[in-house]
Amino acid sequence: MTATYQQPDAQGYYGSFGGAYIPEMLHRNVEELRSRYLEIMEEASFQKEFQQLLRDYVGRPTPLFLAERLSKAYNTNIYLKREDLNHTGAHKINNAIGQVLLAQRLGKKRIIAETGAGQHGVATATVCALKGIECIVYMGVKDIERQAPNVARMKMLGASVRPANSGSQTLKDATNEAIRDWINNPSDTHYVIGSVVGPHPYPDMVARFQSVISAETRSQLKAATGSELPGYMIACVGGGSNAAGAFYHFLDEPKVKLVAVEAAGLGVSSGMSAATTQLGTPGVLHGSKSLVMQTADGQVVEPHSISAGLDYPGIGPLHAHLFKSGRGIFLSATDQQALDAAFNLCKLEGIIPALESSHALAALNELKLKADDVAVICLSGRGDKDLATYMKAMEQKG
Amino acid sequence: MSRIKELFQRKQQQVLNVYCTAGFPELNSTLTVMQALQNSGADLIELGMPYSDPLADGPVIQASSTQALANGMTIAALFQQLESFRDTVKVPVLLMGYMNPILQYGFEKFCEAAARVGVDGLILPDLPAYEFETEYGAIVRKYGLDFIFLVTPETSEERVRKLDSLSSGFLYAVSSSSTTGGDKDFTAVENYLHRLQQMKLQNPVLVGFGIKDKSTFASAGKYANGAIIGTAYIKALEESAGDVSGATKQFLGAILG
Repeated sequence: MTATYQQPDAQGYYGSFGGAYIPEMLHRNVEELRSRYLEIMEEASFQKEFQQLLRDYVGRPTPLFLAERLSKAYNTNIYLKREDLNHTGAHKINNAIGQVLLAQRLGKKRIIAETGAGQHGVATATVCALKGIECIVYMGVKDIERQAPNVARMKMLGASVRPANSGSQTLKDATNEAIRDWINNPSDTHYVIGSVVGPHPYPDMVARFQSVISAETRSQLKAATGSELPGYMIACVGGGSNAAGAFYHFLDEPKVKLVAVEAAGLGVSSGMSAATTQLGTPGVLHGSKSLVMQTADGQVVEPHSISAGLDYPGIGPLHAHLFKSGRGIFLSATDQQALDAAFNLCKLEGIIPALESSHALAALNELKLKADDVAVICLSGRGDKDLATYMKAMEQKG
Repeated sequence: MSRIKELFQRKQQQVLNVYCTAGFPELNSTLTVMQALQNSGADLIELGMPYSDPLADGPVIQASSTQALANGMTIAALFQQLESFRDTVKVPVLLMGYMNPILQYGFEKFCEAAARVGVDGLILPDLPAYEFETEYGAIVRKYGLDFIFLVTPETSEERVRKLDSLSSGFLYAVSSSSTTGGDKDFTAVENYLHRLQQMKLQNPVLVGFGIKDKSTFASAGKYANGAIIGTAYIKALEESAGDVSGATKQFLGAILG
């Protein structure tokens, strides 16, 4: 198997990034997944159930919406891929359904997940409730305090939320705790990773489950404009799952410019940022080689972003490769730029976006799009979960 | 001949490897701890290099790593502390750690420094066999370091043989599929150790994870060449109230006595 932008090589490498840097205690689980995920995903019965749930439970296909007033403001043509209209409010559910169905076919009885802001945790808890499977979600102690509504949602859905007390008590530590749980439960448990990170085959598997975003975009754009290919595909990137899904079917279409927008926090050089491609160096985090924000001594640092979903010190190996090879255009937006873009979208289109997606919207200010350009922005989630932050911003504006 | 090979030629049974975290409990206690371990009867020392995200370790060892990092421990500082440790420490010493800090330091530079100060081998749990074979193994060998792979009860016989062939020094048998400090029924793993024993591997086998006292050490010794103690010793150091030597003597005395 040779590597394309879409497809890692047999060892899970995208260029020099990827692989499976895992302790031997995880080998059997990861190897079982690696040797079976493609075969299971291709089974007719799997596809039938997956597609049916995406349609009847999630509400897919999500619309591709021509944002006319936003387009006018930037004097170009902007379409929004409305992942915010999915059940549970974001793209995360696409992957959660895929992995839970896959876990059932692997004979697993117990699902674990990590979550930062709680969106992936809620999505996983939702699917486990639907399927009647035990669900345990690891969440940093600090995030449990910051994201009380999502903690309540997960509990209502029957999941147990276990606090991660170690290290910096945030997403990366929740991920560590979930991996430890998997090590200690080697036979009956499947770990549903929420982003295109982790050891091979997770980055590829999650990208495939999210690729429905770009598959739909292609056919919807064809119907709307006569061409399947946009000039620009724009998405925010933390770990990078919505971007991987939005880019997937355009990765090997060189005419499509792929724009990944990272969270600059208070500014890329402020020391309070999560712009991994700008600040990271090659390293190993959570089982794969990628770009990692770390000290000169190789200790992983705690990033900052106003958006909990982008607040991750690494980035999926696919994206590290898109950055290094030049295939992707990597931009960043500060907390304030994301807030401004969110309020702008509310005002112009009547859509309250998630703070994560607002980073993608903020890129419009930098891209200098032309009147005949067509840009698609992946609106990865809705902003209900961010209301507290938006309310605070409104108070400050007065 | 490497110090580790020499040890196993001399001693095939009840070999005791003790884990400690560099820079714990104090930044400068690394050498004191190593000397105390040697003087109290440890045959081998596994010196952990602290990392912010130690996946294969349980909460006790991670807490010691967090403390060591807060104390200011780095790989560079460790090599300074180890500069002349061979004047006083004669037992084989392994460095245990995770890939990320080593990649930042520079993998070859790391191996070169480890060999220069007198370290005997490496345990890097998140360096997989494929990457070892294709990229890193040659560098480890170039500097004459031993490299120890882990096996678990879930590791297939074919894979155990492969990891055995890639290892030198000894093979690290994780006694249950668990992060360090796990508390599983020890008798449940005896079958697995027996199976390893029947395989007549090329390397000696040490059992790690779950060894905490005289009786678990003795059980491990029935089927393997010895055992590795980590979590229980770190706990003892935590409770040592500054008396590292006394705590070490008491702890190892209870196991070996």
